[in-house]
Amino acid sequence: MKCQEILEKLSEYIDGELDPKLCQDLEAHMEDCHPCLIFVNTLKKTIILYQFAGCEPLPKEVHLRLHDYLKKECQGC
Amino acid sequence: MDLTDQALVEKTKSGDYQAFEALVNRYEGKVYRLSMRMLRNQQDAEDALQETFLQVYRGLENFEGRSMFSTWLFRLATNVCLMKIRHRETEPQHLLPLEDYLPRHEEGEQPPIQDWPDLPDEALLSKESRAKMLAALEKLPAEYRLVFILRDIEGFSNAEAGETLGISVAAVKSRLHRARLALRGVLAEYFDKKIRKGFKEKGP
Repeated sequence: MKCQEILEKLSEYIDGELDPKLCQDLEAHMEDCHPCLIFVNTLKKTIILYQFAGCEPLPKEVHLRLHDYLKKECQGC
Repeated sequence: MDLTDQALVEKTKSGDYQAFEALVNRYEGKVYRLSMRMLRNQQDAEDALQETFLQVYRGLENFEGRSMFSTWLFRLATNVCLMKIRHRETEPQHLLPLEDYLPRHEEGEQPPIQDWPDLPDEALLSKESRAKMLAALEKLPAEYRLVFILRDIEGFSNAEAGETLGISVAAVKSRLHRARLALRGVLAEYFDKKIRKGFKEKGP
């Protein structure tokens, strides 16, 4: 397997959607190809980083304005 | 005991406004988070939030439960966000060619690829890094950004994301892969520089 072929399959590999034979080939390749291994590691870390980074919770005043707005709008529905 | 979404939908349809408020309470945080990530602006996200739930209320009458309530809700929310984005002029329209994000170590054209510290790591999650991550997400065209947000951040399955966005599973997978590669590429450039400098950040 060539590096470029591996790279095309990486998301499926990370998501566990790759068929077992390809998965084996890919892992065999990575044992010998350090850059590909690091590429996979950093791709996984990219995803985890975004999951860690989180997002601001809903501000209380936005919640209150939403409920006021809906009450007002929906009464006329 | 908490009622199911479907039970609350039925109650709302029969005129119980409190049931609708319970649905709003259940999903407002998620819809707001999605809108914030898509629109990156608190005022726009709040507008999208209000518009989405108003559409939900008005559309419930015709909601027949063929898909799950949450899928339907997120479909409305993503459409509201996309409409807002289409009116903007500064949105990125195209993703760079995939090749731009792939390493060319076979050809020896790039400096050696570096691994990043293991997570959770303070340096990776510093304020500056988070800002960089957000900026990287903003550079993705909306269709790619949405798929990444739904799949990798909100934890939707391929099928759920496809149903929400009205695209095939194959399209979800392809967009997701490209979005991930693009994000990794931007972060790698940033972290590589940091790592070379020893990852020392000035204090706050």
